[in-house]
Amino acid sequence: MDPTVVKIEHLYKDFKLPHERKNSLKERVLHVGRKSSYEMLHALKDIDLEIKKGEFFGIVGRNGSGKSTLLKILGGIYQPTKGRVTINGTLTPFIELGIGFNPELTGRENVYLNGAILGLTRKEIVKKYQEIVDFAELERFMDQKLKNYSSGMQVRLAFSIAIQAHNDILLIDEVLAVGDTSFQRKCYQVFKEIKQSGKTVVFVTHDMGAVQAYCDRAMMIQDSEIVAIGQPRTIAQTYERANSSLAAQSSGEKLERPKDPDIRIESIKLLNGTKESKQFSVAEDITAEVKIKVKSPQEVQINAFVLKADGTYLGGINSTKHLKQFTPSKGEHTLRCTFKAGQLIRGDYNLGVGIYTPGYVPDIIDVIDRGYSRDLPRFSIIDASLYQDGQFYIAGSWTELN
Amino acid sequence: MIDALNRMFKPSNRSLVRELVVSDFKLRYQKSVLGYLWSLLRPLMMFGILYVVFTHIIKIGKGVPYYPAYLLLGLVLWTFFVEATVAGMNSITARGDMIRKVNVPKYVIVVSTTLSALVNFLLNMVVVFVFMLLGDVPFRPTILLAPIFIGELVVLSLAISFLLAALYVKFRDFSHIWDVVLQVLFYAVPIIYPLTIVPAKIVKWVSINPLTQIFQDVRSLMITAETLTTKEVFHSQIGRLLPMGIVVLIVILASWYFRRSSRNFAEEL
Repeated sequence: MDPTVVKIEHLYKDFKLPHERKNSLKERVLHVGRKSSYEMLHALKDIDLEIKKGEFFGIVGRNGSGKSTLLKILGGIYQPTKGRVTINGTLTPFIELGIGFNPELTGRENVYLNGAILGLTRKEIVKKYQEIVDFAELERFMDQKLKNYSSGMQVRLAFSIAIQAHNDILLIDEVLAVGDTSFQRKCYQVFKEIKQSGKTVVFVTHDMGAVQAYCDRAMMIQDSEIVAIGQPRTIAQTYERANSSLAAQSSGEKLERPKDPDIRIESIKLLNGTKESKQFSVAEDITAEVKIKVKSPQEVQINAFVLKADGTYLGGINSTKHLKQFTPSKGEHTLRCTFKAGQLIRGDYNLGVGIYTPGYVPDIIDVIDRGYSRDLPRFSIIDASLYQDGQFYIAGSWTELN
Repeated sequence: MIDALNRMFKPSNRSLVRELVVSDFKLRYQKSVLGYLWSLLRPLMMFGILYVVFTHIIKIGKGVPYYPAYLLLGLVLWTFFVEATVAGMNSITARGDMIRKVNVPKYVIVVSTTLSALVNFLLNMVVVFVFMLLGDVPFRPTILLAPIFIGELVVLSLAISFLLAALYVKFRDFSHIWDVVLQVLFYAVPIIYPLTIVPAKIVKWVSINPLTQIFQDVRSLMITAETLTTKEVFHSQIGRLLPMGIVVLIVILASWYFRRSSRNFAEEL
């Protein structure tokens, strides 16, 4: 059993938000005795958490859910209102990169300043200086003032310094949202190495892909409370479900499956060949078997569509082309829609189905989609090539002439 | 206590102080042709004005031996006190961005501003030595004791900086209040005038001020033994212990208040 390195017991954090800031003595003096009016913001409520040594622990939650406050308390920046936080080991907060960077100083000078802020001694920085410069790929620019760097260069430099602050526990707050794709990939590579070297990482993010790819365990915070702790995959699902229903609520229109539609989608089953499956390899076909029940017959079009785990609509297969002027008779029908799994890249997906009136601006008759329903079948694409990225698989080939 | 001291002199904290002082020094005189010469010129120009006024118009300086060196030394000590406390007061607020994002030891930030001022002070002291040579101030070995009282001044300035820095986070009024206090102190401390012309009724009140005690003791050790010191005003060593006691009280108050409030800096900034 690995030892616990972070232990949080019954942690509460409240912020007093004064209605009118009394930042001057006069206001204080004039308002002596008068109860100052403020709102109490409960940023964290009764948080209990243990993180073991060597864990890559993800924290997810919407903006304002309290996750950044939690990270700041772990980093010793904020003090808990109630409860206890015990940390065994040294800790580097990556809450923001390039703290203390000064545009008027050179790259070199900023390395020393920022390194010292992150708790490195001068000796350590001298020793690691070359490594920092090499990683940032900024050798030629080190004696130029930072204000002449592009923002991408600044981020690279900042990140390169930060990873040298070799402590036992790293707190990372979505710093990877910056930088170009190739640098982001390099960053993730570093995090993997950090993880392999047995260090503990606490990672706050919105990116469910990253949570599933890197975390051993994850937790979701919502409205200042822990709503779930467990497998990254489960947490990612919980997060997405919560998010889509919230998005539906906040978009103003109420997304609801029609109560008693003329044609109802009874069930959707995913088949691999003839047997039900949730996993498909790239060489296989995915078949969606849709059962519908028709109350009053009419001409319809049916669309089966694929959503990425984060909710992005990737595309659909519309029935118009295959079932011309489809007008199912009263009663139950079973339809099948088949497509190649190899068009998708490795990852998790949802499949939705909708029945609409014909035409380019159709009305919904019934739909099983994110926000309308929780019964979207999930499936994953496995063992796809490592050299894939982006949104979907682009079939193509390379040849060498001469 | 030992633990606190150990932490204070941890290598990483020392490195941080060093980097903050060095970068502050580099940044202060960027894009200025004369660079750090300005930190010498400022007290020198003030000295020039005051010297003309107080030797030719109001003849206060007449009776003081080696008045130019005497006046300049007072001004240089005063400049250090002003620079250290004003920069110290602003230090925490100015680094708010850093404090909100990383758990740096807060006292390091205040200490670094006092050290920046100390670097300037030492450069200014070079000019004081030049004036002492030009003014034929005789060399006396007592000069070697001066650092004791300069040390007292550093401790006092540091303590006031801690207090003001913490107060300034909560009450922005303190920049104005401290401005006024400094104005008053400039005249309440014998910087431009000799302590000997202060009426007997209030001389004890003037002398009990730690700044008076420090300035007069340093002058007495460096310029001329004729300087009236707090010890002589009270006719006993006890007299010197009074202002030193005040320094100790300020140190205790400041470290208590700073420690208590520094935990919440990140939220209040």
